[in-house]
Amino acid sequence: MDAHAEAHEHVLEIPYTVHPRPDTGLYNAKLGIWLFLASEVMLFGALFSSFILIRTAAPVWPRGWEFLNVPLATANTFILIASSVTVVLAWANLRLGNLKWGRIFIALTLVCALAFLVNKGFEYTHEFKEHRFPSTSNFLAIYFTMTGLHGLHVLGGVIVFSYLLLPGAKMWKTDRARYTNRIEVCGLYWHFVDLVWIFLFPSLYLM
Amino acid sequence: MAQEQLVQPTAPTDGMPVPKSEVQDEHTHGGVHDPNLHHSPEQIKKEIRVYLIVFGALAVLTALTVYACYGLKMPVHIAIGIALVIACTKGFLVAGFFMHLLSEKKLIYSVLSLTVFFFAVLLWGPWHHFVDMIGK
Repeated sequence: MDAHAEAHEHVLEIPYTVHPRPDTGLYNAKLGIWLFLASEVMLFGALFSSFILIRTAAPVWPRGWEFLNVPLATANTFILIASSVTVVLAWANLRLGNLKWGRIFIALTLVCALAFLVNKGFEYTHEFKEHRFPSTSNFLAIYFTMTGLHGLHVLGGVIVFSYLLLPGAKMWKTDRARYTNRIEVCGLYWHFVDLVWIFLFPSLYLM
Repeated sequence: MAQEQLVQPTAPTDGMPVPKSEVQDEHTHGGVHDPNLHHSPEQIKKEIRVYLIVFGALAVLTALTVYACYGLKMPVHIAIGIALVIACTKGFLVAGFFMHLLSEKKLIYSVLSLTVFFFAVLLWGPWHHFVDMIGK
């Protein structure tokens, strides 16, 4: 590679993927994910706001546990909490330089995410069999919108973690620090998904 | 667990300057090359213990919410109060320990302060409507 080509490649390099920027003290992906999460707070915040508005204005409001499957949703809550732990354990193991255990914990996170989606599928199937659709009532419209959007976020996590577990893990050989940072950033997204469910579960199922 | 080489801070290879003045005694999370992020295996193992304790606390709090609101079939206003307090506690644990917000950079706090402000504006609408309804 001649000097010109080398200089050209250097210019094309994405800056601060590993080292913190001097002005922010953070690598770019980390600041990026926090800005993204801020926008997500507004998205779910708008939905929660609508939910509270519709509920306080309604003369009668059903209690979710009267017809939703609380034991299955409780199991899903435990599953998501467990997946939050496995993803931080993956990150911690990668920081220890242990790729094998890092990947095992990423795989466990993936299994938890898939189990969550399967359970949600059972719940939706049951609701549809009972002829309960989003158009049936305000409660069900909110239930399907919020859990559906949350489910899409879980699906997004499944796609990203699958990539990082299989083809994306090759980066470990060339740039360990960058791969470790990628897991941290995806972990932050995943904890946010868990955080949303922590509020969704009691709001829809228990109140 | 068999351990390989630790992911250690190295000299930058991307030609970008590294931060000059960083406080070395604070534990923050600016990434694996954050000069403030401790990398010793002992420190990381200590963090792992904290994660497992938080996991236990989250599991107990979840069981408590379900028992109080579903098992005891509490009246709505009490169920809402209990569920919200426990959900906020769980949210604090996840955000504080798993997302490391207890030891983050100032810039992240600034971004989140702005987010919290606009989130509060979003919730002010239904709250105002609720107070109006009580007045009538």
